[in-house]
Amino acid sequence: MTAALLEVRGLKTHFPTSSGIARAVDGVSFTLERGEVLGLVGESGSGKSVTGFSLIGLVDEPGRIVDGEIRFEGRDLVGQPTKELRRIRGRDIAMVFQDPMMTLNPVLSIATQMHLALEAHEKIGKEEARQRSIEALARVGIPSPEGRIDSFPHQFSGGMRQRVAIAIALLHRPKLIIADEPTTALDVSIQAQILAEMKALVKEFGMAMIWISHDLATVSSIADRIAVMYAGRIVEAGPVGQVLRSPRHPYTQGLLDSLPTRTSPGEELAQIPGTTPSLINLPSGCAFAPRCARANAECAVIPEEVYEDARRFRCHHPLPERSTP
Amino acid sequence: MTAFLSVEGAAKRFAPVLTFGDKVATWLGAQKPPRTVHAVDGVDLFVERGAVLGLVGESGSGKSTLGRMVAGIHVPTEGSIRLEGMPVMSPGNRPRKITTRVQMVFQDPFASLDPRMRIADTLAEGPIAHGLTTRREAMAYARKWLETVGLDPDYATRFPHQFSGGQRQRVAIARALAMQPDLLVCDEPVASLDVSIQAQIINLLMRLRRELNLTLLFISHDLSVVRHLCDRVAIMYLGRIVEEGPTPEVYETPRHPYTRALLESVPRLEIDDDVDVVFRPIEGELPSPQNPPAGCHFNARCPLVFDRCRIERPLLNEVGNGRLAACHLASPDQAGPNLAIKPISG
Repeated sequence: MTAALLEVRGLKTHFPTSSGIARAVDGVSFTLERGEVLGLVGESGSGKSVTGFSLIGLVDEPGRIVDGEIRFEGRDLVGQPTKELRRIRGRDIAMVFQDPMMTLNPVLSIATQMHLALEAHEKIGKEEARQRSIEALARVGIPSPEGRIDSFPHQFSGGMRQRVAIAIALLHRPKLIIADEPTTALDVSIQAQILAEMKALVKEFGMAMIWISHDLATVSSIADRIAVMYAGRIVEAGPVGQVLRSPRHPYTQGLLDSLPTRTSPGEELAQIPGTTPSLINLPSGCAFAPRCARANAECAVIPEEVYEDARRFRCHHPLPERSTP
Repeated sequence: MTAFLSVEGAAKRFAPVLTFGDKVATWLGAQKPPRTVHAVDGVDLFVERGAVLGLVGESGSGKSTLGRMVAGIHVPTEGSIRLEGMPVMSPGNRPRKITTRVQMVFQDPFASLDPRMRIADTLAEGPIAHGLTTRREAMAYARKWLETVGLDPDYATRFPHQFSGGQRQRVAIARALAMQPDLLVCDEPVASLDVSIQAQIINLLMRLRRELNLTLLFISHDLSVVRHLCDRVAIMYLGRIVEEGPTPEVYETPRHPYTRALLESVPRLEIDDDVDVVFRPIEGELPSPQNPPAGCHFNARCPLVFDRCRIERPLLNEVGNGRLAACHLASPDQAGPNLAIKPISG
């Protein structure tokens, strides 16, 4: 098969509110090949999570996908009936959320929850389900899974809960896994454990993954490609090393410059002036223009996407490409 | 000269209140598991005037509890906390905070501002109560402090919901500063903010420190922010300080295995396509603070553990160049392998 695993074109997810339409996702396009890891980066309100939720049809009311297509293995998922989406969710596309308590049911044991997840997509006996669950828990690094499978979520630590959530997501060996800030709520040492395990699992199973995060450092260590979102649009995308080494969009550059690791201690950090715009009242043209030092009259028109080799960006005044780091 | 802030032997234990039934049960011989949480377990800490000390640790390390004791919110179970020799809390059975020289900025600016109070009232409430300003001058006083933190003074008549997260955190800082403190305890002040806003608040704190000659206790789990802002850093693990020293030295040559492992866990910005990032996570998990292990608290996860670590608590000792470490392998006279260049096993 030559078609990409996932092809998103012109995706728009809007939320009607009492004060206007919030354009959370406003024309997002990207493709994802089998086995590829895409890092979707942005600040709060950039639309990165809503993009993730849109892909598996889990946009909260009153939000809805108003335009665009989501082709998964060639088939458009937009407008599919819930029944059809439920067959795909969990089996072909799985999701891992930021807060594992959101995924796990507090009143059911882990064994029961995993059994239910297995039953949702295949006929399976109790004993076999238990065996498969224990194997899945062992794979994500839960020590002595035979003894812990009958525990309840509150008996696990935060890192272990996230491991259980990942084990459930992997039960059906999905082709695509969407991970929405899966390590943000965890401590650094636990984050490193989860990152290491996710990276190994993706490789082992040949899964594709969309890793949604606000943290450039974690994305740079796990993703093959990166897409930077701002106010509902992808402003820049490309191979993760190239984009971070020589960003073309001023917003990407601004994000990198505001990281304390890139400035010597004690010196003033470069800061992006102003705040992210309201999604209800976006500036016409480039949404970043009011905060951008390179902006001029041209920026009142939404910039077309510029393609250069494996990279693309939306900017009238892109930064020059740096040849060496 | 004594240090500006001195914390000596501070401990904080949280024990459940025993009901009458519990007491009867104990008297009748019931065996109950220990329920006391040892949040802070014998901490010594000294901060010079005008310095910025970073207090780093993972959740459950006791860093926030220690910060709250310094700020006079929690009463220490043991030990003392003094500012230029003067205690922060009053003596006696019901101690209360007796100084306004320490103020605190909290993590979540959505929770730390009263949603029903105008900004001016929030800022002036404390100063009026302590005679730093009068009711008549309260508005001008509030405007002055808003300007100090880089906000439009006209915002004084607004309510918290009219501000973004970064602006609210500025208001929270202005409220602390309006009490004209010498020491500011900041508990994860940038953790809930976006990267670009985080940079604004870090720059603000660096400017305020210079202009107002503030001493800062900066509590954070973010090692890169601490490296940028702090002169010295103290690393906490399960209620104890395991290492303390000048920030650049601690980051470059950690003397405690936990510090080293923690620094290794932080993902770096990797811009080279050819490098396949290898993670070296710390094995295992934080033990329960209700039942901490004997000896060194890190012993179950330490790659360099030996018998003494399971029995004897390592003290926070001088290891040269103004650095302190609590590890049996890190004493200066120990002619052993240098911890800094020893590879991590596994």
